[in-house]
Amino acid sequence: MTAAVSKDAARAAGGSGTPSRRRWRTSRGGRRRTGGSGRTHRTSTEGSYALFLLPGALAFLVVIVVPFAMNTGISFTDWSGVGTPGFTGLENYDRLLGDDDFRESFRHSLAMVAAMALIPTALGLVLASALFDFVGRHAGSRWVAVLRACFYLPQVLPIAVAGIVWSWILAPESGSLNELLGAVGLDALQQDWLGDPDWALYSVMAVMVWVQIGFPLVIFMSGLQRVDPALHEAAELDGAGWWRRFWHVTLPQLRPEIAVVLLWCTIAALKVFGMVYVLTGGGPGGATNVPSYFAYQNFFENFQAGYGAAISTVLTVLILVLAVVALKLQTRAEDENS
Amino acid sequence: MVLPFFVVLMNAVKSPAEYSSDGPLSMPDGVYLDGLADFWERVDFGQKLWNSVLISGSVAVLAVVLSVLSAYAIGIGRIRGRPYVLAFFVLANMLPQEALVYPVYYLSKEAGLYDTRLSVVIVFTVVQSAFGTYLLASVLGGFPREVIEAARIDGAGKWQVLWRVVVPVSRPTIGVLMVLFFIWTWNEFLLPLVMLVSDDNQTVSVALGVLQGQRDMDATMTNAAALLGVLPAIAFFLIFQRTLTRGIAVGAAK
Repeated sequence: MTAAVSKDAARAAGGSGTPSRRRWRTSRGGRRRTGGSGRTHRTSTEGSYALFLLPGALAFLVVIVVPFAMNTGISFTDWSGVGTPGFTGLENYDRLLGDDDFRESFRHSLAMVAAMALIPTALGLVLASALFDFVGRHAGSRWVAVLRACFYLPQVLPIAVAGIVWSWILAPESGSLNELLGAVGLDALQQDWLGDPDWALYSVMAVMVWVQIGFPLVIFMSGLQRVDPALHEAAELDGAGWWRRFWHVTLPQLRPEIAVVLLWCTIAALKVFGMVYVLTGGGPGGATNVPSYFAYQNFFENFQAGYGAAISTVLTVLILVLAVVALKLQTRAEDENS
Repeated sequence: MVLPFFVVLMNAVKSPAEYSSDGPLSMPDGVYLDGLADFWERVDFGQKLWNSVLISGSVAVLAVVLSVLSAYAIGIGRIRGRPYVLAFFVLANMLPQEALVYPVYYLSKEAGLYDTRLSVVIVFTVVQSAFGTYLLASVLGGFPREVIEAARIDGAGKWQVLWRVVVPVSRPTIGVLMVLFFIWTWNEFLLPLVMLVSDDNQTVSVALGVLQGQRDMDATMTNAAALLGVLPAIAFFLIFQRTLTRGIAVGAAK
């Protein structure tokens, strides 16, 4: 899940997308102009280049396409994982609609979207422009780089390890957070952070914010470098304070990045699995269950592969729709940038 | 943000007695490494590290090779239907692993690959190369045509152009991809959790995650586990940052 997210960090931080894309355009235009003479042997060169695609295509067929089709197929059966699957049509999907656990898990997905997309984006915007404006101007770029690295560090941590760190900090007995609350005299606030159904979801959300914040921060900081400083200077001359400049200059300028970050983070939020597995195991009493963990439970604990497959198919459709939108937005953002 | 790391470090070097008397917030009196050594031996951490290195390293190399081949066809070969092929790779990369995990589990059992490190290497090579193909294809789309045409005129075949011209020039991007693939594979959880059930095959992430899930760890062990899990990640992070900076020059291949 972090993986999917840091990929885009790489894309943005690498900054390679924009310039190369632009060059791609021009060279394609160039080709079109000279295309007349080259047309005749174009098909033959195409054929042999396609050979290079063969290993990738075969590998994708075996590892992605076939399993994905199988999963969809299984979702129409009552298969337990052994024996012959019996075709049941849309029965699993029908059952999903009436399953409170399933609806609950999707509600928790919305909480994850808040924790992994909305809150980190909002915080990331404020932090990025604060780092850019204050730290960058008064303390130097070295400090900006150090702080940015600190925020980004959780993104490269294995989710299982982050989970261990946090479950120990949030432990009810002698967990650091409760000890800290005790030490400053706030004993009343001590909780069984992960074991209390009223608190567990918020605790997981808080951890996810910590994990996620570095990604929007890095993207927005590289976006800010693109913003023409003259815009800020003009606003400053007109007497706009930091907040007004943030609202009227920074935000509109970063719109493409904000849209992309929100969508990619939402996709990542829908996929959350490892953190729930390590921190709470979906509990207590399903209070932190999410669709991907719910699917896992049906696959490997309840031996209801058909039902698990239906859950993961619904999740996949949702994610693919969002991914298509995200890609369209990203292409448009890159076009605007160039 | 980094406070949790400090707390972990502080407590990983405390003795259990000191931990239970002073709690997690006190500074350690001295450096006590027996807890770490104990934990290392109990979970056979060396083996887990080796598994992680082996799996992530193989995936990094194989996925880059696969990405280079596909991206060569798409970015330089300009095969027909290029946008659709690219879109396919991106969507394959975005696919939730839940939608693949059960068939992959079933198929690998049928093929006798279940609970082998090879099975995980195969799956992640393909999954990671989806992103690699996407990124490299767009970088190679901007590759100077003159250079390729010059090489072709000098008599180089497509295979030679790829390894003698395109790969050396694209080395910065390829380096970035390798580091990313290595880290991503290292951090993967769901598929290795399902596929690598025996103790001898587990990766660091899975071993620590499963230990935590079973909740049979005391505070000292949890700390040791956290520290040993965090250290490699921090080590990569330092490499990762430098490689990424180098990656900014990716488009500069003229």
